[in-house]
Amino acid sequence: MQRHGAVSTGTGTGTGTGIRRACARKIRSRAALTLTQRQPSTLAAMSTAPTPHGVHEPAVLLRGLTKSYRDLTVLRGVDLDVARGSIVALLGSNGAGKTTVIKILSTLLRADGGTARVNGFDVATQGAEVRGSISLTGQFAAVDEILTGRENLVLMARLRHVTDPGVVADDLLRRFSLAEAGTRRVATYSGGMRRRLDLAMSLVGDPPVIFLDEPTTGLDPQARIEVWRAVSELARGGTTVLLTTQHLDEAEQLADRIAILHEGRITVNGTLAELRRLLPPAEVEYVEKQPTLEDVFLAVVGADASGHAHRDDPGTRTSDDLTTPGERP
Amino acid sequence: MTTHVVQDTAALLGRSLRHIARSPDTIITTVVMPIAFMLLFVYVLGGAIETGTDSYVTYLLPGILLITVASGISYTAYRLFLDTTSGIFERFHAMPIARSSVLWAHVLTSLVANLISLVVVVGVALLMGFRSGAGVSGWLAVTGILALFTVALTWIAVIPGLTATSVDGASVFSYPLILLPFISSAFVPTATMPGPVRWFAEHQPVTAIVDAIRDLLTGQPVGTGIWTALAWCVGILVVAYVLADLAYRRRIA
Ligand SMILES: Nc1ncnc2c1ncn2[C@@H]1O[C@H](COP(=O)(O)OP(=O)(O)OP(=O)(O)O)[C@@H](O)[C@H]1O
Ligand SMILES: [Mg+2]
Repeated sequence: MQRHGAVSTGTGTGTGTGIRRACARKIRSRAALTLTQRQPSTLAAMSTAPTPHGVHEPAVLLRGLTKSYRDLTVLRGVDLDVARGSIVALLGSNGAGKTTVIKILSTLLRADGGTARVNGFDVATQGAEVRGSISLTGQFAAVDEILTGRENLVLMARLRHVTDPGVVADDLLRRFSLAEAGTRRVATYSGGMRRRLDLAMSLVGDPPVIFLDEPTTGLDPQARIEVWRAVSELARGGTTVLLTTQHLDEAEQLADRIAILHEGRITVNGTLAELRRLLPPAEVEYVEKQPTLEDVFLAVVGADASGHAHRDDPGTRTSDDLTTPGERP
Repeated sequence: MTTHVVQDTAALLGRSLRHIARSPDTIITTVVMPIAFMLLFVYVLGGAIETGTDSYVTYLLPGILLITVASGISYTAYRLFLDTTSGIFERFHAMPIARSSVLWAHVLTSLVANLISLVVVVGVALLMGFRSGAGVSGWLAVTGILALFTVALTWIAVIPGLTATSVDGASVFSYPLILLPFISSAFVPTATMPGPVRWFAEHQPVTAIVDAIRDLLTGQPVGTGIWTALAWCVGILVVAYVLADLAYRRRIA
């Protein structure tokens, strides 16, 4: 769905809510035909048989996962695969159970039933091995306020027994534009800086599988793009990423596959192109394209930041259309 | 998968010790109350208390030291509560570390912080005229008992730290512990108390521990009392540890 100048398609993703509503409607009517609304049996047949070391199985494998909190049933049989080195976005509204899935995968919570395997290890019986394979960035930044940013990273490096904690810390501070703030206590950081530090702390020790629970909630557009860039880089380096989000544009930007968690099950699972096919065919409409507030923000605040977006995914960012003379190199 | 209990505990201990170094007010607020009690009892009430010793501050100090520990351990509950609510606890638990190191780091931090507080209180007592005839071995024994007492009480503090739903809830448990020395031989000899109170005072841990420390500090033979004191400390330690471990398992599900 390429947008040029003033031409926009009727199903533009400008707001996200439009597509969400359209999706929900269409899923009900014809999802079963077009998309991978798979039955557990087909899924089982499709998945590679687990080898003793799990080398050939997906980095994350969920089958029939169930979980209730007292009488509140949250997960009613979640099936999901995350292929090695891919980025999968788990989409769902508030309370859908995204955090619950992530916590089960991180061994912080026990499932009631079903199977959950990470990197070939069962989360219920091989917790230590799972923890050795993963890193979690929780929904809310989990950083030590009293320590400095650098001390937080050094602590992670020591706990992961990397050989040179100081070097690893300084490298990550640079990568996340925190080099200057590194010696300041985290209590003085802005929300975005905290989130970046939080993410950096998860990368210490290069774990092969990373879980990101709403990594960009509470970030300004520029910081979001920085996080997106970091996540894309991770995947390019071969890391498997499972992230949750409530924002369709985030899934669109980052994910190889998108899974929608709704009423305790994965109702839709496919690539962006497959998801788009769920929508009614695009009607061409001529509208005068107004820059969104985000476009304006990015143009005013950081030509640099939108430049990254441009590099990462040319063509889908509407901000690219808003070129202010003198602000671009 | 190999675990590194010692290295992981050391790394996490370093973290919490930094917390203390950066908020020395936790030490100050810990020692304010015991020092206030010491001043009150020595300069206001002490004149009317007959202990059969020359120096009331010397008589009083062991009880004051236990109050210091009781007031200091509530910070462990407080710090643990903050860790569980801030999400950093979950971060640690999703990492490939020895899980027991998370709690042990807090317990050892409490030990260090309380030993510092105890040194401050003993320093003030020296200014107020406290003198001890104890030798090196006597002081070592006193330090050992206080360290054991601190670790035992800290494991008690771990329980509300893990289960509390508010900051206040995490620290109120220490009030009874602070008051317990008042119904013991810490301030007045138990012989002056009426029957049932006296019975309680003579059979509760504070009296046994206070008497043992007092004997050690005044260079008197400790007799079998020290074994009673140690048995209390170990008993509290074991029970508190088991309960804390249960609370911990429930917490991390
Ligand atoms: N510890 C708990 N005890 C009881 N109910 C819980 C608990 N944790 C989560 N829930 C409930 O389970 C449901 C799913 O919660 P979860 O946090 O997994 O949702 P989510 O998709 O991450 O939502 P959000 O987008 O708001 O973060 C919610 O209704 C929530 O209230
Ligand atoms: Mg959530």
